Amino acid sequence: MLDRLQELKDEALNKVKEATNLKDLKELRIAYLGKKGPIQEVMKGMGKLSKEERPKVGQVANDVREAVTALIEEKEQKLEEEALSAKLKEESVDVTLPGRPISKGSRHPLTTVVETIEDVFIGMGFTVAEGPEVETDYYNFESLNLPKHHPARDMQDTFFITNDLLLRTQTSPVQTRTMEKHEGKGPVKIICPGKVYRRDEDDATHSHQFMQIEGLVIDENIRMSDLKGIFEQFVKRYFGEGREIRLRPSYFPFTEPSAELDVSCAICGGEGCRTCKQTGWIEVLGSGMVHPNVLRMSGFDPEKYTGFAFGMGVERFAMLKYGVDDIRHFYTNDTRFLSQFKRV
Amino acid sequence: MLVSYKWLKDYIELDDLTPHEVAEKLTRSGVEVDIVHVMNKGLKNIVVGKVLACEKHPEADKLNLCQVDIGEEETVQIVCGAANVGADQYVVVAKVGARLPGGMKIKRAKLRGQVSEGMICSLQELGFEGKVVAKEFAEGIFNFPTEVTPGSDALALLGLDDAVLELDLTANRADCLSLVGTAYEVAAILGRDVKLPEVNLSEASEKGSDYVSVNVEANEDNPYYGATMIKDVTIAPSPLWLQTRLMASGIRPINNVVDITNYVLLEYGQPLHAFDYDRFGSKEVLVRLANNGEKMVTLDDVERTLSDEYLVITNGSEPVALAGVMGGADSEVQDDTKNILLEAAYFKGSTVRKASRDLGLRSDASARFEKGVDPNRVKKAGERAAAMIAELAGGQVLSGVVAYDELDRSEKKINISLDKINGLLGTDIDTDTVMSIFSKLKFEATVAGNNFTISVPTRRQDIVIAADIIEEVARLYGYDNIPTTLPNTATTPGGLTVVQAKKRKLKRFLENSGLHEAITYSLTTAEKEAFFTESVSHRVKVALPMSEDRSTLRTTLIPHLLEVLSHNKNRSMPNVRVYEMGSVFHTDEESASKQPDEKTLLSGALMGVWHEHSWQAEKKVVDFFVAKGIVEGIFAELNVQGELRFVQGEPKGFHPGRTAIVELDGFQVGIVGQLHPVVAKEWSLPETYVFEIDLRYVLSEPSKEVRYDTIPRYPAMERDIALVVDEKVKSEDVERQIVALGSPLLKNVELFDLYQGEHLEEGKKSLAFSLRYQDPEKTLTEDEVTTVHEKVLEGLKEKLGATLRS
Ligand SMILES: [Zn+2]
Repeated sequence: MLDRLQELKDEALNKVKEATNLKDLKELRIAYLGKKGPIQEVMKGMGKLSKEERPKVGQVANDVREAVTALIEEKEQKLEEEALSAKLKEESVDVTLPGRPISKGSRHPLTTVVETIEDVFIGMGFTVAEGPEVETDYYNFESLNLPKHHPARDMQDTFFITNDLLLRTQTSPVQTRTMEKHEGKGPVKIICPGKVYRRDEDDATHSHQFMQIEGLVIDENIRMSDLKGIFEQFVKRYFGEGREIRLRPSYFPFTEPSAELDVSCAICGGEGCRTCKQTGWIEVLGSGMVHPNVLRMSGFDPEKYTGFAFGMGVERFAMLKYGVDDIRHFYTNDTRFLSQFKRV
Repeated sequence: MLVSYKWLKDYIELDDLTPHEVAEKLTRSGVEVDIVHVMNKGLKNIVVGKVLACEKHPEADKLNLCQVDIGEEETVQIVCGAANVGADQYVVVAKVGARLPGGMKIKRAKLRGQVSEGMICSLQELGFEGKVVAKEFAEGIFNFPTEVTPGSDALALLGLDDAVLELDLTANRADCLSLVGTAYEVAAILGRDVKLPEVNLSEASEKGSDYVSVNVEANEDNPYYGATMIKDVTIAPSPLWLQTRLMASGIRPINNVVDITNYVLLEYGQPLHAFDYDRFGSKEVLVRLANNGEKMVTLDDVERTLSDEYLVITNGSEPVALAGVMGGADSEVQDDTKNILLEAAYFKGSTVRKASRDLGLRSDASARFEKGVDPNRVKKAGERAAAMIAELAGGQVLSGVVAYDELDRSEKKINISLDKINGLLGTDIDTDTVMSIFSKLKFEATVAGNNFTISVPTRRQDIVIAADIIEEVARLYGYDNIPTTLPNTATTPGGLTVVQAKKRKLKRFLENSGLHEAITYSLTTAEKEAFFTESVSHRVKVALPMSEDRSTLRTTLIPHLLEVLSHNKNRSMPNVRVYEMGSVFHTDEESASKQPDEKTLLSGALMGVWHEHSWQAEKKVVDFFVAKGIVEGIFAELNVQGELRFVQGEPKGFHPGRTAIVELDGFQVGIVGQLHPVVAKEWSLPETYVFEIDLRYVLSEPSKEVRYDTIPRYPAMERDIALVVDEKVKSEDVERQIVALGSPLLKNVELFDLYQGEHLEEGKKSLAFSLRYQDPEKTLTEDEVTTVHEKVLEGLKEKLGATLRS
């Protein structure tokens, strides 16, 4: 009997080894291990054996069953893996074909500049103030120390609607309106982005409509050195490390002393190039200490409060940052232009 | 302001500095030098030549053959095309090998068979602008008024060995509109002295007052008027040095007398005017306001109509000059003028400005009066000019300036403390340093303890208050020397307002939905908006528009976005989706007299394909539901509390069947739909969809609070139904009914199919919905769901006549 079992084992193992598909394996499993299989057949004859022989033969029969089962399972797994990889191979795609596009629009570059600057100042404790684009002469000029017939009004050619109504030429009226709301009490820390309008013929560097961001800080003991400090922070965060700043005396009717802020040219590193007109510096904004008349007119006591204000052109920042050479692109909205700012 | 560096050196020692060094210092301390024009840049080998003989070119009528002595051993032959060339002239010769502006190189040449060794130059060829070249040389070559040595350096004689500083002056620095004023500024920066010109005026015994009287009616506009009589002048061209200084300063030489008035204007910043006494028309100067409608012909031969806000100089009856702006043609100095009435006056800035602006007449004189001239220089300037006329035009100055004089020449006193200066600047400057700055500025100042009293010279009209003094200290101390600090203020929480944050959120949503953000102009025409609005009145209009296209403030963004689509389509970009967030302006008046109502709209326009994947043959064209989906997304993004509905509507300019009014809690807050094909044609657009939402209401609507809901623990059951209803029945109504009938177990309804056509009765449509039932407390049984579901179906049949599709 033991010989017969050994014989069956060798025969079954050989057949399993030769099997090439899962179906054959299944048949072999039934053929050898099934109830009517030869091993079972041998086991049935065990009753005729002696008490001593029975467990011994039983042990061998079990070993044979286990050996065959193990090999079938091993073979099964192998065949399954082969079948799966064959199937996957068939499913392969050309990975170089273009993917399904996720259509994305773009943020207007002027919006990007405005939001970036807003965020830098918000980080320094500023809030964002807004105001009407159609203003009164008082808010746009008079409250900013620009009485009627002041020669400095020539600096800004104005779209008047009536004698008293106009399209704002600067976002400074928002400053006055905010100051009035504070009823003479500091601190005031705002930036005011928005559209402004001037009677300029549209060309590569002029636009009758453009965007400005102005800022205002008012409190007791605000000094010109603070303005320098805030600018240093701003320039570092907006333009990046390694840029230097300098202030140059200038004139604005609403500030005294007044200053232009220059930032060292990134293109030439200060050596002088076309972008910076060979000076090594790029003018980025106008600023100064708030004129006492402006403080007084908006309800602040100039003996107690001081402050600084600044203003910058959004288009200019965008042109510097992205190398745009014609301001009209910002208002034409050609998608070949806009699409370039998807990744900004 | 153009400042000749050589001329500037008359008033201040500058031999140790280059023009570029001075320019840099000026710029850094507040007087910006735009550019330094090096006059002889690129010029070489240009000498004086004497034309010995000049005859016609044998082969060419318009050319001349000139034999020219250029100071070398042999004379040279030069072919010259200028009509005004002639023998015995002293001319400017660019020799062979010379260089002219723009890199032009002079070579030996043959012109129509004749050798030409050099070129006889016009002033324009040497780099002068045509507008500064004296009329007699404007069309041809220049020749020197006097004998000059052939071969000598022509550039030096023409003042081209100079550099001109172009100042870009801010409106407050009128004091630098003169050489002397600029010298004071440079002197302050360098800490040097200013040398004022010496005036040696010898007067004749005859009295000016015997020839002229001066009366001023408008004394507020004209507090000082001085008239000097100069007899027996000889009008002639000015000496070359004077002409070249004017030219360098951008002024065309005319004749000696006029040139001298211009010279003194540039030197002192004080405009003067010379009248031809014999053409003045009377012996009386009367200054008054003009009469409304009064007329006069100005020097430029234009007849001007005057108003009673303008100041005029009259001869007692007729205006002879528009005060401070321009003289009259009738009393102009001419070649035969013998006697001069020289005006030196102080006119009020705003009066001059009014006339100059109204008439569009900006002159060198008006530019200075407008900003305020120095009251202490008016008389000096008159004397200086009189002395120069006597010297250079041979006149005889009569004794005594005939004057009207009510002019305040006092200096303003300003008090300021050291603490105030340091407090505003954040500096730690000491008293001595501040005093030395005042001394550099030539301001008289005294100090007591820490308090300064400054007497501001009248040339600095811009310095009025203490802050102005602080700026002077700061700029001479150097802005670079101001330290860098941060404000000592209380900490303030920065941030965006709720509305500002929502606006940003919407922009992000729209970008990510495939729309480009556009920014367009606010100014438009009412005509473009007429496609969308019933009436074009009640608009905010600009008083003097630059063009008709930009004359009115917009009330809608749609036409602007259509323009954007059109622009792109015309450039072969047929698939475009854009949006804009911007202000519109409404007034309830026929024409606005008070600030209009300004609100922010969010609008979009879409055309063409919105999704495409070519190799998989996917292509989706924009339709109503794409546009509606975006609008729904906007409201979902804001998570508004109110109920959002889309109601069929027929607003003007839209497709009557494919347009919805967007309502929030029953109020119209927007529109979404197809652009009416007729309107689309106006912009040459294909099928286009637009939306416009009034953000004022939408953004002020509170957002729903987000609260966590327990995740259901028991399974849901789905039932699909296909209903046949009348085609006029709205999907929304069916859905509402289902919700009403199925609650509370019905948790969700979703339309998944719409069918119309074959297999269905005429006038019917099929809507298929998926219904989800769920009980949060337990697992639903088949029977429980069936009971509710049957109730839904019965209700639908009853209320909407809906049958189940077989
Ligand atoms: Zn550079």
